[in-house]
Amino acid sequence: MKIILKNGYVYDPINNINGEVMDIFIKDGKIVNEFREKDAKVIDCKGKVVMPGAIDIHSHIAGGKVNTGRILRPEDHRRFVIARKFKNGKFFRSGAGFSVPSTRITGYLYAKMGYTMAFTPALPPLMARHTHEELSSIPIIDKGALTLMGNNWFVMKYLKAGEIEKCAAFAAWLLKAVKGYAIKVVNPGGGEAWGWGKNVTSLEDRVPYFDITPKEIIEGLMKVNEMLKLPHSEHLHTINLGRVGNYETTIKTMKLARGLENRDRHVLQITHAQFHSYGGESWKSFESKAYEVAKAVNKMKNVAIDVGFVTLDPTTTMTADGPMEYYLSSLTHLKWTNKDIELETAPGVTPYNYSPKSAVSSVQWAVGLELALLVEDPWRVMLTTDHPNGGPFIRYPRIIAWLMSRKYREDFMKNMNKAVEKRAIISSLDREYDLYEIAIITRASQARALGLKEKGHLGVGADADVAVYDINPEELNTAEYEKIERAFSNAYLTIKSGEIVVKEGEVVNEFYGKTYYVDVEVEEELMQEVERDLDYYFKRYYSVNLANYPVSLDYLTNPTKIERKIERVKVIK
Amino acid sequence: MHYTDVVCTFCGTLCDDIEVTVEDNRIIDIRHACRVGASKFFKASDIKHRRTKPIIRENGREIEVSLEEAVEKASEILADAYRPLLYGWSSTTCEAIKYGVFLTDLVGGIMDNTATVCHGPSVLAFQEVGYPSCTLGEVKNRADLIIYWGSNPLHAHPRHLSRYSFYPRGFFRERGMQDRELIVIDVRRTDTAKIANKFIKVEQGKDYELVSALRYVLNGGVLKKDYVAGVSREEIYELVDKMKSCSFGVLFFGMGLTQSSGKHRTIDNAISLVRDLNRFTKFNIMMMRGHYNVTGSNEVLAWETGYPYAVDFSRGYPRYNPGETSAVDVLVRGEVDAALIIASDPVSHFPKEAVKHLLRIPYISIDAFYNATSMFAKVYIPTAVAGIECEGTAYRMDGVPIRVRKIIEPPEGVLSDEEVVRMIYEKTMEKIKERIEEEAAEKVIV
Amino acid sequence: MKEIFLKFKGSKTVLEAEVINPNVFAGKKLSEIENLTVYHGNRRAKLGEFFDVEGSTSEDARELRIVVEGDLEKVKRIGENMSEGEILIKGNAGMHTGDFMSGGRIVVEGNVASFCATEMKGGEFIVKGDAGDYLGSAYRGNWIGMQGGLIVVEGNVGRESCAHMSGGKAIIRGTAGDFAGVHMRKGTIIIEGKANRAGAQMIGGTIVILTNVDPLPSFELVGEESDIEVDGERFSGTFLKYIGDKAELRAKGTLYIRK
Ligand SMILES: [Zn+2]
Repeated sequence: MKIILKNGYVYDPINNINGEVMDIFIKDGKIVNEFREKDAKVIDCKGKVVMPGAIDIHSHIAGGKVNTGRILRPEDHRRFVIARKFKNGKFFRSGAGFSVPSTRITGYLYAKMGYTMAFTPALPPLMARHTHEELSSIPIIDKGALTLMGNNWFVMKYLKAGEIEKCAAFAAWLLKAVKGYAIKVVNPGGGEAWGWGKNVTSLEDRVPYFDITPKEIIEGLMKVNEMLKLPHSEHLHTINLGRVGNYETTIKTMKLARGLENRDRHVLQITHAQFHSYGGESWKSFESKAYEVAKAVNKMKNVAIDVGFVTLDPTTTMTADGPMEYYLSSLTHLKWTNKDIELETAPGVTPYNYSPKSAVSSVQWAVGLELALLVEDPWRVMLTTDHPNGGPFIRYPRIIAWLMSRKYREDFMKNMNKAVEKRAIISSLDREYDLYEIAIITRASQARALGLKEKGHLGVGADADVAVYDINPEELNTAEYEKIERAFSNAYLTIKSGEIVVKEGEVVNEFYGKTYYVDVEVEEELMQEVERDLDYYFKRYYSVNLANYPVSLDYLTNPTKIERKIERVKVIK
Repeated sequence: MHYTDVVCTFCGTLCDDIEVTVEDNRIIDIRHACRVGASKFFKASDIKHRRTKPIIRENGREIEVSLEEAVEKASEILADAYRPLLYGWSSTTCEAIKYGVFLTDLVGGIMDNTATVCHGPSVLAFQEVGYPSCTLGEVKNRADLIIYWGSNPLHAHPRHLSRYSFYPRGFFRERGMQDRELIVIDVRRTDTAKIANKFIKVEQGKDYELVSALRYVLNGGVLKKDYVAGVSREEIYELVDKMKSCSFGVLFFGMGLTQSSGKHRTIDNAISLVRDLNRFTKFNIMMMRGHYNVTGSNEVLAWETGYPYAVDFSRGYPRYNPGETSAVDVLVRGEVDAALIIASDPVSHFPKEAVKHLLRIPYISIDAFYNATSMFAKVYIPTAVAGIECEGTAYRMDGVPIRVRKIIEPPEGVLSDEEVVRMIYEKTMEKIKERIEEEAAEKVIV
Repeated sequence: MKEIFLKFKGSKTVLEAEVINPNVFAGKKLSEIENLTVYHGNRRAKLGEFFDVEGSTSEDARELRIVVEGDLEKVKRIGENMSEGEILIKGNAGMHTGDFMSGGRIVVEGNVASFCATEMKGGEFIVKGDAGDYLGSAYRGNWIGMQGGLIVVEGNVGRESCAHMSGGKAIIRGTAGDFAGVHMRKGTIIIEGKANRAGAQMIGGTIVILTNVDPLPSFELVGEESDIEVDGERFSGTFLKYIGDKAELRAKGTLYIRK
């Protein structure tokens, strides 16, 4: 199909296009050079905004603990349902779930907002098949999964022994075996300690038995990441998430990236930085330290953050940080699930009700916004809620509107606990994002962080993933924030792989997107050494046979491989 | 042909180290499997005793038909129904279950799996208080205290003790069983109890009280009574001490606990006990799931609808309320006017009242093996045995997903559950798309 | 008070009729009421197909009484979400009758099925016969159940009535099945007959049982009290007072059992 989007205001930061009125030409799923209007579907986008399809780099949409969250919360699902329908010769499935929507409607809800790609950020290798089964049942959007490695026995063993090449070869093997996309680290060492009901609380703590520190794991995997020339950086959920006074740990963590470089992107992503920017001595004196964290980010040019905004909704928290979930549930006394996964990780789930009336919640709301407003370079900021941890992804349009409208923030704060004025600085911040900056933090910076050249822009050769919003930049008044929120909630048009999937906020078409994974080849002798270790460990300590561990490509919709060939793994000191 | 790393699709233990030798499409040797597992392999491979042609029954007459005719008839039954029940879905692959959800969503029916008659109460308890758990490899590597409550794995999950819990050597338990303690709590001295380091006999139906007493003592209470649920005060204190002082404990529970008089509240209390124990040490809990993929059935339904079993699509979107929307209940109350039963035999296993109603309505039976339910079905469609004649995904009792293998060809013309359900889905769609198109006007977001 | 009479004509399978609600009927003509949507199994249908509708309507729900007649066991959700007015059911009522009601009054002359008055917030729910399981309870997975209002059952109730109760009052004249007030946080339950495992895992609220039963082993006896008064109701005689359920860490619930 050929489509021409005519006369829209185009926001394409990767190509430095800031609101120019232009036509976009689409053919065979790609953005192409101009062609004649004959035989093309011409869509008038006059007075509307045209952006690349939006990307969510960190959203818990698929996998074991996401599904545990679904099973855990029938009382949440009944609040939000979408009925089945039959349209344009296609059957669109029904679904349910406010904070943890079922898979089919996850695809529909993303597309409705102009999103065309989302990565699930915590794939436990042993459960990889589950994650992929769910990803493959999410329609429309492109997908991928970040692979948990921060508590993996092989990783800890190799790094402790100073065998970083083996660690790299193992990471390469693992990514390929589980069809993962990047190295994800969650509470490094804390997950293993949780195997004994313990945790780590400082970067220098020693992990029981493995005798390694969180710092060594973070640094080691950052180096492994660059040794393997992976498309994305190390994606780090550092220790002490959600703890009062954790901002110092966060700043110390960022400093571990010193000295490492990559031409195309940052080398460390501090994920859901909001949950790591807290001051105070106790919950009573809990306060925002977004200013300090943002200052550190501004200085550290090789570090980026995704925010993890809090939207003040009742939600379900889920992380691979088992001890954190236990701690949270012991504060709220709400139901709690945990799943320690042999040799690998320890996810947990518990509901949480962010209430505007609560001092802590309202400060958390401010912390997210402050980070986004205080980090100067939007290319190192990504809009996320750590869905559903800070709030469900369906609230992204509201966050966009908060960032674009100071008035909205002020109005919203009127019904909030007064702590937000005393223990945060949000009310003193004037900055309002413009559409170009919004396009960066929702598209361009995320595509760049993922190292995907065909995504996040509208240049010739890019994938034809496009969102059109009913906003006229010439008439934009940020005091009318409801209009902004409404427009971003209901894309006028979403085009995925060159096909129209959403019209005026309604899903009208469905098919399956790509699933990205990484395939790094390293030298054979090194891999053979690692395979010997795998053999030994699987026979003795895993509960499945090695042969039944890897996930075949049958589980991926349109599997899309990012290849790297490393002749000789070079150690980074 | 010799196959290694084959997965046994008998029970929820889903052993994946089976070796099978096949000659002329017949299984001639099986290694590592338990006796029951091995017999399932041999049964599948014994084609003579399987029916391999679809059947339609009209006015008491049994007619052998083509697969297409059977599918046509099945889709007619479902398309006409006002409240169809689609039941079973536990001894089949996730791929088949997925199409089952599509089909049920399409026809506005009720989809339920066998959890409804086994660990349904555990799922309800999970939804009340949560579920601190782990994979079986964690137990093997770390556990020094293993408790089976209302569960007799030696019979129901024969290799559970040797592969995962009591006997194996693990990373932190190098001496295997010598590094562990095994306790069995049950209403009678089972074979598992006989090999345990300690057996605690609980009075029938009083498990809830025993859990309450344990929690009370754990939380600092002073027990006044000499006996609770037939267990002495000393034993209760001793058990609490053991649970508190182990370094990694695990509580496996089975139907003996879920079907005790407290039902899901007993499990709720037991999970709460384990949760409380985490204030002192590391402790996990796990359901001993029976059917090899009942866990997968809960998982697929949950990701497709939000709910793990007993899902009602009658209003065009999923709703959930076991007791109201569960298979036995809708049958007993006579609400259902048609059914599809797959990989299950409710005629043999459901309560009499439920079976009575099932036999009154038209239903379809899809099963690799012709069973009592198939004998009274309006339509019977034979299918391939998953894990032997076709591949797919299954979830072990701890949620670990494993790909089950195909090692022999199914009988000629016999397709997998997945393919048959997909055919019925597509055929039914043709029949009722107009009805749904009209409904589409009403889109519900609550 | 204006009255609208609905006479049930029967249905093939279950019917969901949450439109039978004074809030919905108010301001509608009889013909409009007949046209309201109900759900017959998986098909959409009109209320008039299953009910004869008569009587006179009112603009104001508070001035409206709906009288429903017939064997309504198969009819679900009558009075769901109602906040004003009255419903009188002359016969047995089906599941979810009075779910989430926040005001007004429902009187059932016969029995009610399971799952009625779920998460009730206000108003009155009166049953002359027996009630099924989960009366006035929380929906699956929810930790907040009934928050206000009054439930009175003249007969017996099934299992798990008032699970997760967080306010309001329930009076059960007959026997209560297992686990009345399980996980209770606040509010009052009065049970005149026998009750097994009442107050299991409760952390707050008060349960009074007017017969002598054995409490769970995790309840702590704190003493005896005579002629007690609970939530405006007075009870004569001597009562054993327990605090529980001490299986729970934060337990502050009160359980009175007649000596
Ligand atoms: Zn996350």
